[in-house]
Amino acid sequence: MAFSNEQLERYSRHIILKEIGAKGQKKLLNGKVLIIGAGGLGAPAAMYLAAAGVGTIGIADADNVDLSNLQRQVIHTTSDVGKPKVESACETMQAINPDIEVKTYQTFVTSENILDLIDGYDFVLDGTDNFPAKFLINDACVIAKKSFSHAGIIRFQGQLMTYVPDSGACYRCVFKQPPPPDAVPTCRQAGVVGAMAGVIGCLQAMEAVKFFINAGNLLTGSLLTYNALTMDFRKIKLPKPDGKCPVCGEHPTILQPFDYEQAVCDLKEK
Amino acid sequence: MFLTVAGNQKEYENGITVAKLVELENVETPQYVTVSVNDDFVENGTLETTVLHDGDTVEFLYFMGGGNARSILY
Repeated sequence: MAFSNEQLERYSRHIILKEIGAKGQKKLLNGKVLIIGAGGLGAPAAMYLAAAGVGTIGIADADNVDLSNLQRQVIHTTSDVGKPKVESACETMQAINPDIEVKTYQTFVTSENILDLIDGYDFVLDGTDNFPAKFLINDACVIAKKSFSHAGIIRFQGQLMTYVPDSGACYRCVFKQPPPPDAVPTCRQAGVVGAMAGVIGCLQAMEAVKFFINAGNLLTGSLLTYNALTMDFRKIKLPKPDGKCPVCGEHPTILQPFDYEQAVCDLKEK
Repeated sequence: MFLTVAGNQKEYENGITVAKLVELENVETPQYVTVSVNDDFVENGTLETTVLHDGDTVEFLYFMGGGNARSILY
């Protein structure tokens, strides 16, 4: 596949980088990323990955744009309120870069559909907020041998890690199982600075780019934490994968994705 | 004894347990924090019996949600 003149110009700042070059840009153009959640984390990630020329970007979200989303979900604008998030996100991504294909999935992601959804994608980006979803994405990606980026944000803090099959601990190795509903504060209860979603979502996009161009080190086997108040970034080395982990361990007992119960209050709140 | 806790070296009473350290450090939602000592996970239910030693490196790993609230519902 040769580059068009427009592509050469559009991606010139990538192509000039020795870590990317024409070869790396082709890898990005052939790359397929699924973003689960078109919210705070998914928004900046989707925009940068679209701009970067990641050739196929899937975006899954069942929800519509709400006014309270706009403080951080920069892919949507005021005129998008009420519109399906995937539609709004798709419009923004295609406006940034019509050179890529965007696939939208306006659906709740569950154990029933997650394996079908992630099938065909090279990299999955977890932009969800709740723990059942994060465990579902982890389990499905481990089972399907997909690489993915996990992230979480709250108040002035954020963190992320990357899972690549057979290299480093999975999310379940570290966190075992979801905390009971309301045991751990959520963004809705505790708040989050909008820019935090930008910082961490962009770092997830960076992991996806590095995954495709095969440059540097991914956050496998480590958790990067960011405290915006102290401006401390810490890369915490994670223990090696837990041999007893029920999904990625030596004798896995979780062989199919399954759903945890979601708190009723979560269903009512936006 | 000296421990490196979340990247900071500090002096603690000799022979304290992980559970005591969690208490001393005012860890938020302590029952849901994952602790690693010298790059090994401390198994659930053993915080009270895991004794720390001079020079140990301890990390607290916290649950963190974030992003989009309602992308996934059951």
